[in-house]
Amino acid sequence: MTQAIIRLEGITREYLMGGERIRALAGVDLEIARNEYVAIMGPSGSGKSTMMNVLGCLDTPTAGRYWLNGHEVSRMGDDALARIRNREIGFVFQTFNLLPRATALANVELPLVYAGVSSRERRRRAESALERVGLGERMDHRPNELSGGQRQRVAIARALVNEPSILLADEPTGNLDSSTSEEIMRVFGQLHAHGQTVVLVTHEPDIADHAHRVVVLRDGLVDSDRRRPAAAAGAA
Amino acid sequence: MPLYEAIRLAFSSIRAQKLKSFFSAVGVMIGVTFLIAVVSVVQGMNVYMTDKFAGALIGVNTFQLRSRPNITMGNITDEMWREWPRRQRITVDDAEYIRANLTVPARTAIEGFDQMTIRWEGREAAQIQVHTTDAEYFRIKKWDIAEGRAFSPQEVRIGADVVVLGNDLARRLFENRDPIGETISVGGLPHRVIGVVAPQGTLFGISLDKFAVTPITSPVRRLVNRPRVIDDFHIQTDNVPLMRAAMEEVTALMRARRGLRPGEENNFHLETAEGALSEWEKVSGILFLALPGLVAISLVVGGIVIMNIMLMAVAERTREIGIRKALGAKRRDIMAQFIVESATLSVTGAAIGIATGLLLALAVRTFTPLPAAVAPWSIVVGVALGILVGMVAGITPARQASRLDPIAALRHE
Repeated sequence: MTQAIIRLEGITREYLMGGERIRALAGVDLEIARNEYVAIMGPSGSGKSTMMNVLGCLDTPTAGRYWLNGHEVSRMGDDALARIRNREIGFVFQTFNLLPRATALANVELPLVYAGVSSRERRRRAESALERVGLGERMDHRPNELSGGQRQRVAIARALVNEPSILLADEPTGNLDSSTSEEIMRVFGQLHAHGQTVVLVTHEPDIADHAHRVVVLRDGLVDSDRRRPAAAAGAA
Repeated sequence: MPLYEAIRLAFSSIRAQKLKSFFSAVGVMIGVTFLIAVVSVVQGMNVYMTDKFAGALIGVNTFQLRSRPNITMGNITDEMWREWPRRQRITVDDAEYIRANLTVPARTAIEGFDQMTIRWEGREAAQIQVHTTDAEYFRIKKWDIAEGRAFSPQEVRIGADVVVLGNDLARRLFENRDPIGETISVGGLPHRVIGVVAPQGTLFGISLDKFAVTPITSPVRRLVNRPRVIDDFHIQTDNVPLMRAAMEEVTALMRARRGLRPGEENNFHLETAEGALSEWEKVSGILFLALPGLVAISLVVGGIVIMNIMLMAVAERTREIGIRKALGAKRRDIMAQFIVESATLSVTGAAIGIATGLLLALAVRTFTPLPAAVAPWSIVVGVALGILVGMVAGITPARQASRLDPIAALRHE
């Protein structure tokens, strides 16, 4: 575990709701190494979503420390976090979250726009990312001209285009039928095989089965952390 | 995000909702239309008044000695109206006296004029301005001869019964025939046509080519004024300083000749283009004072409309903002995006406003006698105001967008 890309120490996140203090995360310690394939599971209310937001640098912990690829992100301000999200994290959402008016290519280019990449380079990288997910023929289509699976592939291409240190997927198959889900999970498997660190947040055991390590949260704490035999994971 | 990206993005948002964008920019459009149209017309009037009106009616670097003002605008009291007709008329002798004593080099011409009916072979032109004058008159007026010739000083000396016609008048009487050598009746007296003046165009839609010019000694002279009385004495110098000097000399000479004591008002009038223009300048000054207020009102209204449209856009696009933030947009990226979008919207309105303003000015020039000339600065001001209004209107919506929490924004339906 010397190659930790994510290191959480005593991460706590509290909310005030109607004067009541709610503890979504109650001091989580967790390390994820480079090129791990981790599923984070747990029933609703377990702190799964908060965990996802904290890992994705969309939210900052109330207490505790978080290192992402050597940066201590728990002490960063808004703009620095925006930069980390841009460079270090590739998001894949349940609802795809593509810009409806933009083409697949323009959607994939978006993180590069905020990274200040020149337009020619952006186009080149976005095209190659779309080809990687098998959508080389559909670059000029808008999201409403694509199937659910194709939309999620566009979202994956967008997540990968800036070569993030982690791919963070939140219920990536939640809006897909089972055969499309399989197809998307195969894409994750291939990316992992090529060295990508993947973190899945899901409540579906079938989906979590694709991962090599399953972390289960309960009441804002790590309840279990199981490593699956490499052979079993590879077969999935 | 580079500016041109932001502008391209803004245009795609505007295009996505053309009708809404149009209506939201309509306030700015109206304000700028108004600005361009009014400035064009006022500017056109300015050019017109200085170049044409003053030049055509009085002449460049020229003043006229008259008993009373000819061109009047603005405040004239009843007392002035009563006093003017009682004034002693200017005479040929006054003119001779000034010619003999004026030290400033100048061209001069005496003139008497009246409206008369002109006839030729059953054709008739009523209310034609007949000028009886000196041979120098053509040079002072800068009238070129299109056909034939002007009359000579000799013809003035002997009182030749010759006449030079304005272009419209010649066309009206003779159509396509050659008028030179024909004898026409001027106020009932026969005169031979020796020349036609080149076209002078129109002033406020009134032709400047309906006139006839005869020597001041010609037979028709008797119908214009009593013997030796003239209507004006034209004095033209080479430049403005000389004209000022000549005006001072003429004033001194006339006061001496009429025996006016110091403190007594002049009982004669020196008419200059400047004098005639000063009244116009008062009118245009008021227009230019009122204009910013009127433009400001429509721009403020236009700005408020744009601000509200942008606030709606931020609410509608909350999820887009969330996505952008998740992918690495900083606050200032989001801020810039919405300010640029608002400014682009407003400038688009301003651009349409400039186009409609120019069209309006063109329409005024085409369909009314009023002139219009585009002032380049008004276009620059129009664009600048468009940008300014858009940016100011965009600040609040943009700030709101930039402060959205990405988690909440992503969950927004």
